[in-house]
Amino acid sequence: MKIVIPVDNNSMETNVCISFGRAPYFLIYDTKTEENSFMDNSAASSQGGAGIKAAQSIVDSRAEAILTPRCGDNAAEVIKAAGIKLYKTVNDSIQDNIKAFKEGKLNLLDDIHPGLHQHGGK
Amino acid sequence: MKIAVLSGKGGTGKTLVSVNLAAAAPASVYIDCDVEEPNGHLFFKPQDLKNQRVVVKIPQADQKLCNGCRTCVDFCKFNALAYIKDKLIVFNEVCHSCGGCLLFCPEKAISEKEKEIGIIQSGISGNVRVVTGILNTGEASGVPIIKRLLQDIRQESEAVFIDCPPGSACIVMESIKDADYCILVAEPTIFGVHNLDMVYELVRLFHKPHGVLLNKCLEEENPAEEFCRKNQIKILGKIPFDLELGTMNSNGQIAVRHHPKYKELFRNLLDLVIKETRHETASNT
Ligand code: SF4
Ligand code: SF4
Repeated sequence: MKIVIPVDNNSMETNVCISFGRAPYFLIYDTKTEENSFMDNSAASSQGGAGIKAAQSIVDSRAEAILTPRCGDNAAEVIKAAGIKLYKTVNDSIQDNIKAFKEGKLNLLDDIHPGLHQHGGK
Repeated sequence: MKIAVLSGKGGTGKTLVSVNLAAAAPASVYIDCDVEEPNGHLFFKPQDLKNQRVVVKIPQADQKLCNGCRTCVDFCKFNALAYIKDKLIVFNEVCHSCGGCLLFCPEKAISEKEKEIGIIQSGISGNVRVVTGILNTGEASGVPIIKRLLQDIRQESEAVFIDCPPGSACIVMESIKDADYCILVAEPTIFGVHNLDMVYELVRLFHKPHGVLLNKCLEEENPAEEFCRKNQIKILGKIPFDLELGTMNSNGQIAVRHHPKYKELFRNLLDLVIKETRHETASNT
């Protein structure tokens, strides 16, 4: 199963990024083959709607689950529409979270935050 | 003559100043461009209210025509569009109604529908015509409302006072675009200087004639005043920190209409601003 985690850097030594839409990279990890790859988040620098754009790229990567500390409402709508599950990370360690996910110990993310959007117009 | 009143943050007395200047003029128009939190009307309590809807155009895709090429998704720089499971999703609140997606869709699958983002309310309060822009909560941008507000007064012959939104974002730029003169309202604190600096940069960027009005002045040192001296910014006047004024303000009373002292203060300020504006216009032509 392909899972995605927003991360601070493009190496397995990095940490979980506190932001979803503005994370610089996404780790794409295959729980079966244990293969990993990193995807640049082109949305990180966009003026507004970063979460929507980031979510779109993740959907396109055919991930089946996202592990993230938080997620905005617009991004969550895209992710939900695509049928991808959102899980809440337990700490900032990639390894811990992958392990917890494999063991089925992660909870679904339920605190979807509104606002926080950086609209160009305001 | 169009005079914009601005400040780097809310609560500096921007509305107090614009409301009282408008009330001090023989006949004037007061425009509330602080569309997220318009409160000038609470002072004027205008009568004969008329509402006008402000609508913007939001795209919608015809699923039968859409082939999923995503030209629209890639084009939208506000990221208001997503294409998920063979369906285009439009985030209405994020869309800025630029119309680009409609233009670039190769299949002509996108059409537009109208969406109300707010209203413009106008009414009369004595010598002042009061026009208020009100943005619905959750909307991405009040710029379309401001555009409409200012378009409607382009030919106005009376003096116009524009109560700008706080800050220096693009919505403020829109509000001062047509102004002949900008009054920057500043508080006498270090933080006040920081806020003043923000709007000062903005008016310089737009080459707008401007002056500073020092509000809430005490006898003590005034960092905002120092800032003006150092940068050679015209100081238009000082409004003393005054309990009476504060009380009138919190009761929603217009000082100029209630107290001769303030009538004189704002009349004098108005005369000075008019003189400054004429002077600037004369030296620019
Ligand atoms: S550009 Fe037109 S055809 Fe292409 S995805 Fe958008 S709506 Fe569909
Ligand atoms: S109208 Fe402009 S802002 Fe709105 S969805 Fe289309 S391209 Fe994006």
